[in-house]
Amino acid sequence: MSLTREQKSKPGKLTMKKLTTLLAATALASMMATAAWSKTLVYCSEASPEGFDPGLYTGGQTFDAASRTAYNRLVEFKHGSTELEPGLAESWEVSADGKEYTFKLRPGVKFQTTEYFTPTRELNADDVIFSFERQYKEDNAWNKYVAGASWEYFAGMGFPELIEKIEKVDDLTVKFVLKRPEAPFLANLGMDFASILSKEYADKLQADGKMELLNQQPLGTGPFTFVAYQTDAAIRYKANQDYWNGKQPVDDLVFAITTDAAVRAQKLKAGECHIMAYPNAADVEELKKDENLTVVEQEGLNVAYLAYNTLVPPFDKVEVRKALNMAVNRQAIVDAVFQGAATVAKNPIPPTMWSYNNAVEDDKYDPEAAKKMLEDAGVSGLKMKIWAMPVARPYMLNARRAAELMQADLAKIGVEAEIVSYEWAEYLKLSSAKDRDGAAILGWTGDNGDPDNFLDTLLGCDAVGGNNRAQWCNEEFDALVTKAKETADIGERTKLYEQAQVVFKREAPWNTLDHSLVVVPMSKKVTGFKMDPLGIHRFDGVDIAE
Amino acid sequence: MFRFIFGRLAVLIPTFLGVSIIAFSFIRLLPGDPVMLMSGERVMSPERHTQIMHQLGLDRPIYIQYFDYLTGLLTGDFGSSIVTKRPVLDDFLQLFPATLELAFCAIIFAVLLGIPAGVFAAVKRGTWLDQSIMGVALIGYSMPIFWWGLLLIIFFSGYLGWTPVSGRISFMYFFPQVTGFMLIDSLISGQAGAFKSAVTYLILPTTVLATIPLAVIARQTRSAMLEVLGEDYVRTARAKGLSPFRVIGVHALRNAMIPVITTIGLQVGVLLAGAILTESIFSWPGIGKWMVDSVFKRDYAVVQGGLMLIAGVIMIVNLVVDLLYGWINPRIRH
Amino acid sequence: MSIVQNTAETKTGGTPPSGLSEFWYYFSRNKGAVIGLFVFLFILFMAIFAPLVAPHSPSIQNRDLLLMPPVFQQGGSWGHILGTDAVGRDILSRIIYGARFSLFIGLVVVTLSVVSGVLIGLVAGYFRGKVDTFIMRIMDIILAFPSLLLALVLVAVLGPGLVNAMIAISLVNQPHFVRLTRAAVMTEKSKDYVVGSKVAGAGTLRLMFLTILPNCLAPLIVQATLAFSAAILDAAALGFLGMGAQPPTPEWGTMLAEAREFIQRAWWVVTFPGLAILITVLAINLMGDGLRDALDPKLKRS
Repeated sequence: MSLTREQKSKPGKLTMKKLTTLLAATALASMMATAAWSKTLVYCSEASPEGFDPGLYTGGQTFDAASRTAYNRLVEFKHGSTELEPGLAESWEVSADGKEYTFKLRPGVKFQTTEYFTPTRELNADDVIFSFERQYKEDNAWNKYVAGASWEYFAGMGFPELIEKIEKVDDLTVKFVLKRPEAPFLANLGMDFASILSKEYADKLQADGKMELLNQQPLGTGPFTFVAYQTDAAIRYKANQDYWNGKQPVDDLVFAITTDAAVRAQKLKAGECHIMAYPNAADVEELKKDENLTVVEQEGLNVAYLAYNTLVPPFDKVEVRKALNMAVNRQAIVDAVFQGAATVAKNPIPPTMWSYNNAVEDDKYDPEAAKKMLEDAGVSGLKMKIWAMPVARPYMLNARRAAELMQADLAKIGVEAEIVSYEWAEYLKLSSAKDRDGAAILGWTGDNGDPDNFLDTLLGCDAVGGNNRAQWCNEEFDALVTKAKETADIGERTKLYEQAQVVFKREAPWNTLDHSLVVVPMSKKVTGFKMDPLGIHRFDGVDIAE
Repeated sequence: MFRFIFGRLAVLIPTFLGVSIIAFSFIRLLPGDPVMLMSGERVMSPERHTQIMHQLGLDRPIYIQYFDYLTGLLTGDFGSSIVTKRPVLDDFLQLFPATLELAFCAIIFAVLLGIPAGVFAAVKRGTWLDQSIMGVALIGYSMPIFWWGLLLIIFFSGYLGWTPVSGRISFMYFFPQVTGFMLIDSLISGQAGAFKSAVTYLILPTTVLATIPLAVIARQTRSAMLEVLGEDYVRTARAKGLSPFRVIGVHALRNAMIPVITTIGLQVGVLLAGAILTESIFSWPGIGKWMVDSVFKRDYAVVQGGLMLIAGVIMIVNLVVDLLYGWINPRIRH
Repeated sequence: MSIVQNTAETKTGGTPPSGLSEFWYYFSRNKGAVIGLFVFLFILFMAIFAPLVAPHSPSIQNRDLLLMPPVFQQGGSWGHILGTDAVGRDILSRIIYGARFSLFIGLVVVTLSVVSGVLIGLVAGYFRGKVDTFIMRIMDIILAFPSLLLALVLVAVLGPGLVNAMIAISLVNQPHFVRLTRAAVMTEKSKDYVVGSKVAGAGTLRLMFLTILPNCLAPLIVQATLAFSAAILDAAALGFLGMGAQPPTPEWGTMLAEAREFIQRAWWVVTFPGLAILITVLAINLMGDGLRDALDPKLKRS
């Protein structure tokens, strides 16, 4: 390496000098010679990040790329679980009425030093307040700092209606005052939109009139320091030398953006990357056979369902819904759509989530009984529509294929199903209409690991005409989940949710289809990678053996 | 000549306006609501929806939106992406070099291989050589290139492991993007092996993208050569005893080149259309893939701005080809 | 896609074929064209008699035989000669049925774009002046976009599906016919026979359709053949990008798109639909070459 460098040094150097004056980020060029020697972890990611300010976006690829690398949050999810652990907050206290959360910040946390900014102070309460206030205070200069900034997750989790105020108690103490008690609040603070940014950096950008750079050159306290983003091609990081939790074992981290799953698999096999995101279900078997690779799997925090419209006859009858559930061979769907990379679902929440009720008995696949049940309910010659999503989602890779299988199954009990589909945005909108004609395939990926995020969000009475695609409002169920939301004690909440799942199964507003597995194939050289139930790809603590 | 140039430029203005109307109205007609997609499976409340529509200026009367858009265009503002919130022009300028590099390599490849093949076939007309060259050309011309790309990946990257699967350069190498052209930047960087790496990444996409232009150029060259070879002056040259090389290489080829050059110029649109597929298959970070992704993401602003920019590029290239042609062949100026 | 380059060649042509036998004489001298014709007829036969020819239904899923390899590979069987796809459908049958879609697409697109293109081109070329300028500006606008991109956005606007894909492809194809017709009309218009019939008192419509049009047919036929194959390719490309025919339609491009995830594991699901496209398009293009030889006197070799 060094030899050829010498040979070419003359023309190279000349141009190099010019560049230093031209470009801001050229000190990087000096690391060229050492690049080959440092430990570089390459991750084949599935899509380009939407941007680098996690508050603005909702895409998982953005969270992998921005918030889990460059940033930290007050509380963090324990690596590989949905349990919470202290992050930038060392400890916290919740007031007796459940409305006040006081966080003690970790002292001595340094922000990253980058080519574009050198921090002069450590993390304090101002950074925390800044990170949140910009997302809801319309008079905050950062509230609309990019065209169309809309803080989707902040709004989605109901924070604008929930937060009364955020107070600085002292430099290292912050207090959140809520308008009502909300048990899932703490888990929400572990989510990506709650990442803590540097106010000092933001102020500098504002003074320079370059506010948009906050979304292009992230700077936080996280394990990796941002280096460069080549649009739609690659993102580069180096290990944060000052990371409060110790420097990472790898020196460099590269996201190789590769949108085609088959191509990602090829690259992994060819050794062009060490870890890949979201393989094709069809490729998993092949990847498992490769002796240089390991494939880890875990049930994802998701569910796919077929939601009947319980407001429209005959689907307002429990027996009809039950009968249709029993007529569909869900195992066959899992096999054909996921090639086994999913499990049949019986509850609306996935098994990795606390309060999952394993005692619930699933509807058995039994066409004969289903047929009889329909007849007993006085329904014959039933014609229905099945809505199939036009896009692949982690919980349902091919809704069309699934719908075709259901169609064939339903035909066996004399139900004629027609498959309909709409453009994705239309689908999302039309499927939530109260007078929707037909049963819709859809699903959900958990945001924060809290059962409330599934049960109340998707099946609560408030969500009818919105996220509650079954338009199902059951008083018994709703009372249970509402009570659980207001209860702080996790043991008590668990009981309430377990009961709610029993009610759900009895009433059958959905046919619960599957929980897909999150599959991460990686090189055998990779150590320390932990599967994340939230579907996030985290690289802190990951090493590669030489 | 001046009048000719001026006339051509004058024609561009209504075309440009028309293109802007099409790009603008298409996007308003797109079904599906990009604002809705922002929140994914989580349903957005109608109040919030209205608020965001307002924030993005999508609730204003259509003609005001168009007028704003047009004035924006004139000041170089092509709008901002709804998904990434980045200015469309920034993205375009970052990604365009990648497409340009690929298209440039493809056209060079097609010309370097296509013209000799065509000349050869014409000279050896009727022989098995001619027939096989033209047969292969016709297969290339009939090729569904998206399938061709997949086959090449399966064989060269998967089975033989000779070429990398996708991307522009190995992640081993990292240097500032001065020109945006990986081949040039890798040379400037002075890093050993970087240029070679960039070349290996270019081979398959170039081959795929060049397939159709190559076939077209070979066929066109052959028929132009045949025509020229039959003309009197070539016969005379032959009769005068000039060496076949001189006859073919100097007299015939030079005259046969005029239609071939037009053909090459016309391939620009074909290349950009091909780039859509090629880039999608090879994850090549260029504007073709960018456009396809944006169409699927319902990113109004990007599709609109991208259509404008791409149409602009094609219009300029066509103008240049026109002007060149008028310069080579003064007869068509009128 | 690369339709334009032929315009230059064909512009000057345009003498009508002098009799069917002469046409066949020239056509059959081109061996490739004859082969193309037979392959095309074979595909046409398959398409028309698909229900009789296909060994299985294209939509029946055999859930016990997912991704079965073709017969000549280990694990294959004569029951499914080209193997089965991810939900156990017979690939050969799907390809045979797929021929229907591809030929249908070609036919509809060519009809739509030829009829509209010729009409508009006739008007532009015959009347010239402002009408002509206006029409040609619009054509310039359409041609300012890469055809596939325009078709892609159009289909996105109209909604993904076979019908909309056909409309979009017709629209982006049509300017070529307009230009071609216009050029041919302009050449013919000044010729003696046209001036003659005009003097003899023939009306505008008569002049346009009965006097001029038949004499411009040769290049149009050649162009139509090329447009036929281009339409099949474009429709397949749209299907491949997920914007053409929607699954489970056994359209070849859509089949390829669905098969893409199996590229590593089941090469046959990827290979055969693509091969079907290639062979069909190749056959049509071979015929197109033969047609040009037969119809274009300039290239006739005696």
